[in-house]
Amino acid sequence: MALSRALSFYRSFSTVPSQSLRVCIVGSGPAGFYTADKILKAHEGAEVDIVDRLPTPFGLVRSGVAPDHPETKVVTNQFSRVAQNGHCSFIGNVSLGSSISLAELRELYDAVVLSYGAESDQALGIPGEELAGIYAAREFVWWYNGHPDCRNLAPDLKSSDTAVIIGQGNVALDVARILLRPTAELATTDISCHALAALGESSIRKVYLVGRRGPAQAAFTAKELREVLRIKDLSIEIRQEDLSKTPADEEELKNNRIKRRIHELLSKAATPATSICSPGQKELHFVFFRKPDRFLESDCRNGYIAGLRMERTILKEDVGSGKKIAVGTGLFAEMECGLVLKSVGYKSIPVDGLPFDHHKGVVPNVQGRVLSEAYGDAQVEKGLYVCGWLKRGPTGIIATNLYCAEETVASISEDVLRGAVTSRSGLSKPGREGLLQLLDSRNVKVVTFGGWEKIDNEEKRRGSLKNKPREKLTTWQDLLEVATK
Amino acid sequence: MVVFHVHRIAQRLNHSTLSSVLLHDSGHVSLLKMGSSRSINTAAKFRTWGLLPSNCSNVTSPCTSRTSYGPLSRYQIFLGLRHNEYCTTPGNGEKQTISVTFVDKDGEEKQIKVPVGMSLLEAAHENDIELEGACEGSLACSTCHVIVMDVDYYNKLEDPTDEENDMLDLAFGLTETSRLGCQVIAKPELDGIRVALPAATRNFAVDGFKPKPH
Repeated sequence: MALSRALSFYRSFSTVPSQSLRVCIVGSGPAGFYTADKILKAHEGAEVDIVDRLPTPFGLVRSGVAPDHPETKVVTNQFSRVAQNGHCSFIGNVSLGSSISLAELRELYDAVVLSYGAESDQALGIPGEELAGIYAAREFVWWYNGHPDCRNLAPDLKSSDTAVIIGQGNVALDVARILLRPTAELATTDISCHALAALGESSIRKVYLVGRRGPAQAAFTAKELREVLRIKDLSIEIRQEDLSKTPADEEELKNNRIKRRIHELLSKAATPATSICSPGQKELHFVFFRKPDRFLESDCRNGYIAGLRMERTILKEDVGSGKKIAVGTGLFAEMECGLVLKSVGYKSIPVDGLPFDHHKGVVPNVQGRVLSEAYGDAQVEKGLYVCGWLKRGPTGIIATNLYCAEETVASISEDVLRGAVTSRSGLSKPGREGLLQLLDSRNVKVVTFGGWEKIDNEEKRRGSLKNKPREKLTTWQDLLEVATK
Repeated sequence: MVVFHVHRIAQRLNHSTLSSVLLHDSGHVSLLKMGSSRSINTAAKFRTWGLLPSNCSNVTSPCTSRTSYGPLSRYQIFLGLRHNEYCTTPGNGEKQTISVTFVDKDGEEKQIKVPVGMSLLEAAHENDIELEGACEGSLACSTCHVIVMDVDYYNKLEDPTDEENDMLDLAFGLTETSRLGCQVIAKPELDGIRVALPAATRNFAVDGFKPKPH
């Protein structure tokens, strides 16, 4: 109700000119761009700058969305129109915490919105996690998507035929699909050329998708599941007994359309007991009710992964939350593998001067307004806001950020109206000019949207030579060179 | 502008090609369903507007290289069949329009005329109605979610395909009569249809967000 009031409230003054409002958004992914769009629509005359640590905009649309999902990336057209708005600037190659501090940004702008997402990973916290051959799925995704920070990841795809993916969300399905799809099909996507070459020589033939809970709790969505089930010449293994439903599952599925449709898809694809896959055929195994217990080191290759020990689980209802949680049964089994991708969640990283809830992995906030403390007697941090994964945690789809941004911008608008954002003295903040001056004095070479367009054109040009929509520039040096040419 | 349109057409055709073939592959969907309103009517629309040559293979081919999901022949035959059947209705001269009412998040109504063959997403954008369309009608998002307000009109629409249902799964504030605006194509029987844009306030509730009173 409060939100609905706030929204109608903010609409009611959506045409009020706010010439002096200067906003800096940190992070140019969907959360950042939707926030910019909504601020520009709600505040005529406001100036919005979007800074990003990369020379390229669009965050996970560029480095997260799978290369074989070009239609999901169409949203960048809309974001580009926002960036081309005369009152909006993209300022790339600016890293919060090293190029500029949060305190400085707050001095320079009336409002700062942090939407820099989650660039780290949850750990499993089990023995052997440091062995070579174990990666976070995020790193693997960044690698095939040509993120400059992971272009040298060089995952070993050649010394084993088996990969284990831990986790059963859409990221897990994305990486499984990239490992299993015929490379001829990937060759015409915008996948990075180093990844395409490595996948072309990959000996990974069997992929296991391991989840602690059952099919009724799996986090993936129907589109991604349908896609992986349709990969050419792929043998799918789903055990019939895993699909049997408890009365509690039945109830959960009845009330949850997504989970119900997922369960139906899995049931249709479940393996008949007699099926045999042809030799050499690639295999995808859905492994439910298994909890990773420890990673096993290779006897012949020091420091390398050779296998995984898993514990069989059963579901119990958590008394506090009512959620189904997996508990170990004491029954263990080991399997061999040469590659492990941990897809158990992303994690946000705090910067200096930013309140952070380490337990939840988000910035403590009320409707996007940052709070000084995660718990107890917290104050609202004046002019500081969050949006996207840093605000809600690393879940949801691109569109989730639309509503997330709407909420944060409603909070900003409300604060502007009651004078809690702009300074009482009436002096306007330095905004963009101040920021650019400061960055210049530190010799930070910023990349403007025009600079990104040069990268964009060059990538498209290189792509057209190979029948790809683009060939991404994947080193910092190449990106900066082309952008500032 | 022309470039933009052709690009969108290519995208749409690419998509419809993809989904038709996928439906065919699944083996569970009848041929009738293959000719669903989405893939066929959209293509027919572009013909009606004279944007496509009568043989569209040169438009679809650059896209198939990207997806390479299989042969097009059956799809193209269907295109042709439905095209002929379809184009006799509006005639070649003036565009036939239907009346569509959009009800926005605050309950305000806007009635517009929509040419037969146009999707509600495009109609909304041409009339400055705030309906998001993040993927521009390529069936990769749920942001153009609309709620058909009268179940009789909802029943006049062809059933959503698996692919549309996959996206509706993720729509905020889903109802029994929810559709994606990009998949609802204006046809004469829909004259007078009323659709609501889902209220933003419901979205977070669906997503597990519980607004607290001040």
